Amino acid sequence: MISPLEARYYRRRMPLLWWVRRRTHALFMAREVSSLFVALFVVELLLLVRAVARGATAYEAFLDAMARPAVIVVNLVALAFVLLHAVTFANLTPRAMIVRVRGRRVPSRAILASVYLGWLVVTAFLAWLVLA
Amino acid sequence: MTARTERRVTPEPFVWLLFSAGGVVAALVLPVLLVLFGVAIPLGWVAAPDHAHLLAVLRNPLTRLGLIGVCALTLVHAAHRLRFTVEHAFRLRRYDPIIATACYGAAVVGTAAAIYLLLAAL
Repeated sequence: MISPLEARYYRRRMPLLWWVRRRTHALFMAREVSSLFVALFVVELLLLVRAVARGATAYEAFLDAMARPAVIVVNLVALAFVLLHAVTFANLTPRAMIVRVRGRRVPSRAILASVYLGWLVVTAFLAWLVLA
Repeated sequence: MTARTERRVTPEPFVWLLFSAGGVVAALVLPVLLVLFGVAIPLGWVAAPDHAHLLAVLRNPLTRLGLIGVCALTLVHAAHRLRFTVEHAFRLRRYDPIIATACYGAAVVGTAAAIYLLLAAL
């Protein structure tokens, strides 16, 4: 038996990198780390806005900088994490949001389908806005 | 749980609301922009939009407000998540006041930069 005093100060030892051992823990951490790349890309977007505000020459320089191989690699990694974020967040919606129509619960598949449909609409609109 | 802890007012629900809104916005808006500006345009899959077109799009009041909203919400989302990621991954909960200040502070700075760029610089 351990005394209550000992129990109070008992701490289970955890390795510093406790999340690398199990796949589910590593996936959890990858999902959390996605936020870093979300922030990184927002900074890139702000740099784009700054370049556009400064004029055509600055905008060309921005495009050149984005076309450097190292930057493309970073952006591909960022894309993987941002997509991981998007998919995991979208799949969360049916759990976070329970919709009832005439007293009956809308099945989570239907909610999920509408989420992805909305995502497609937003994606198409933004692509049109940028490129058209 | 005692009655005292139940009555305590925390900013947690408000931060949580911003967090989930930012997560939704990031999921909806960022992938397409990242594919376009980070991959497709640099690799030459699609032609870069010309400067005049982007300037016109960005000067639209709806774009300005929308982009400020996107930046603010996604940065708060990332800050909130990063705060707990750093604390959990490296067991640094002791330093929460410092980490929280750094994370939310960075989000506020980024949002201020977005407001300046979109309302004053364009």
